[in-house]
Amino acid sequence: MWALLIRDLTLAVRAGGGFGLSLAFFLIVVVLVPFGVGPQSDVLARIAPGILWVGALLACLLSLDRVFHLDFEDGSLDLLATSPLPLEGVVVIKALAHWLTTGLPLALIAPALAVLLNLPGPGYLWLFVSLALGTPALSMIGAFGAGLTVGLKRGGLLLSLLVLPLYVPTLIFGAEIVRRAVDAQAIGTPLAMLAGLTLAAWACLPFATAAAIRINLR
Amino acid sequence: MSIWEYANPARFMRFSRTVLPWVSAAAALLILVGLIWGFFFTPDDFRQGSTVKIIYLHVPSATMAINIWVMMLVTSMIWVVRRHHVSVLAAKAAAPIGATMTLIALATGAIWGQPMWGTYWEWDPRLTAFLILFLFYLGYMALWAAIEDPDVAADLTSILCLVGSVFAVISRYAINFWNQGLHQGASLSLDQEENVSDVFWQPLVLSLVGFGFLFLTLVLLRTRTEIRARRLAALKQRERVS
Amino acid sequence: MPDLGKYAVEVLSAYAVSLSLLALLIGTTLHRSRSVRRALKQVEARRDDQKPAADKATKDA
Repeated sequence: MWALLIRDLTLAVRAGGGFGLSLAFFLIVVVLVPFGVGPQSDVLARIAPGILWVGALLACLLSLDRVFHLDFEDGSLDLLATSPLPLEGVVVIKALAHWLTTGLPLALIAPALAVLLNLPGPGYLWLFVSLALGTPALSMIGAFGAGLTVGLKRGGLLLSLLVLPLYVPTLIFGAEIVRRAVDAQAIGTPLAMLAGLTLAAWACLPFATAAAIRINLR
Repeated sequence: MSIWEYANPARFMRFSRTVLPWVSAAAALLILVGLIWGFFFTPDDFRQGSTVKIIYLHVPSATMAINIWVMMLVTSMIWVVRRHHVSVLAAKAAAPIGATMTLIALATGAIWGQPMWGTYWEWDPRLTAFLILFLFYLGYMALWAAIEDPDVAADLTSILCLVGSVFAVISRYAINFWNQGLHQGASLSLDQEENVSDVFWQPLVLSLVGFGFLFLTLVLLRTRTEIRARRLAALKQRERVS
Repeated sequence: MPDLGKYAVEVLSAYAVSLSLLALLIGTTLHRSRSVRRALKQVEARRDDQKPAADKATKDA
């Protein structure tokens, strides 16, 4: 399992892995928004939590096809499926690698980008916390979508259509945490809901994903 | 008589052929009577005026939109557990009907909302949840359309249906939370028990049952088509091989 | 025609939109049902023409 994680991480970081791409995409989305809505700082401050969360979500989505697709094309997914490691474990490792190379960096640079959008002071810490807590769920749900569409030639667009509705609850709770933190309201409830969502996704979805991959490899 | 007998497509075809005329006649009759009664022979509501007549379309289609998803979930699970081919084809056949019903519910709701709430679209929890439901229908149909092998498609869409149902329920409650968190006390509730009196109730029930029969008619018809389409594909493949 | 008052446009457009959506659904259902049935009949007829003897054997089986 360890070896598989290391392998995935190295593949992602090396050239062609697209490691920096999702971060750059996140940056561009955040830069584009003020051009769209105008430079008034109070407006930007109000929509900043939502923009940052939606941007992180889209950046996460963009890198999903590399979770299984490359391995499926060169045949190593078949090898993994027949290895002694249970396929559910492979799924967990793959999603973890995706989170480490996408979700965690996104959460780390999000506060820096929040400066661009004039996010009010108390939001920064909770922006990082909510993203760090929520992006694992995004990675796991995305891995499920990637597992469903792994056998398709043009799966990319379909993947977005399948995965985005599943992202709704995570997005709601995540952005709500930041919004409430900015307004100095109690954030316990959305925080607990987000954590619960992440844990539930990691507990249940590996089985569904592994089942989907088995069907696709049949 | 059990559903397992109809796992045999030939038997299902025979059964549905005898049932279809009756079901479709019932659907046409009930919907016609319900809608005409509702449209022409009910009084206006004292608050909503004549827009109350939209209820005869809105409530049945919204009810069907949710129930069709539940039906798809059940039939998909029957396929996953027992490999009941007709069952999963029925789920496939039901999806476009469900999407249309969701669209009708959204459209009539928006048209009703304009004079009543002063806006076509309000991010009210119920409306938002229906929009999400529509997206789920779209995803489900897109996945069916994208996969060539019918058995793989059936398996994958069933998994999607199961996971999607869980997420649909979570989304429903998340949306509730989200809107109340945003602006307090959304004063607009669509609570039917409160404002529907007997005058409106009777044609509404007729049209509700009528929509149920309409769904039954369409799903039987579409399932028959799907069975034929699969036989057609099999025959064509055999021709190509020989 | 009942008097719809000031909401006539809304009520009528709601009915028009819904009924046309339903008509569209029913129309596509019937259309596809017919075209698939026709195609199936064609293929089956072709099959029966081509090798009636061999086919009869499979049908009996």
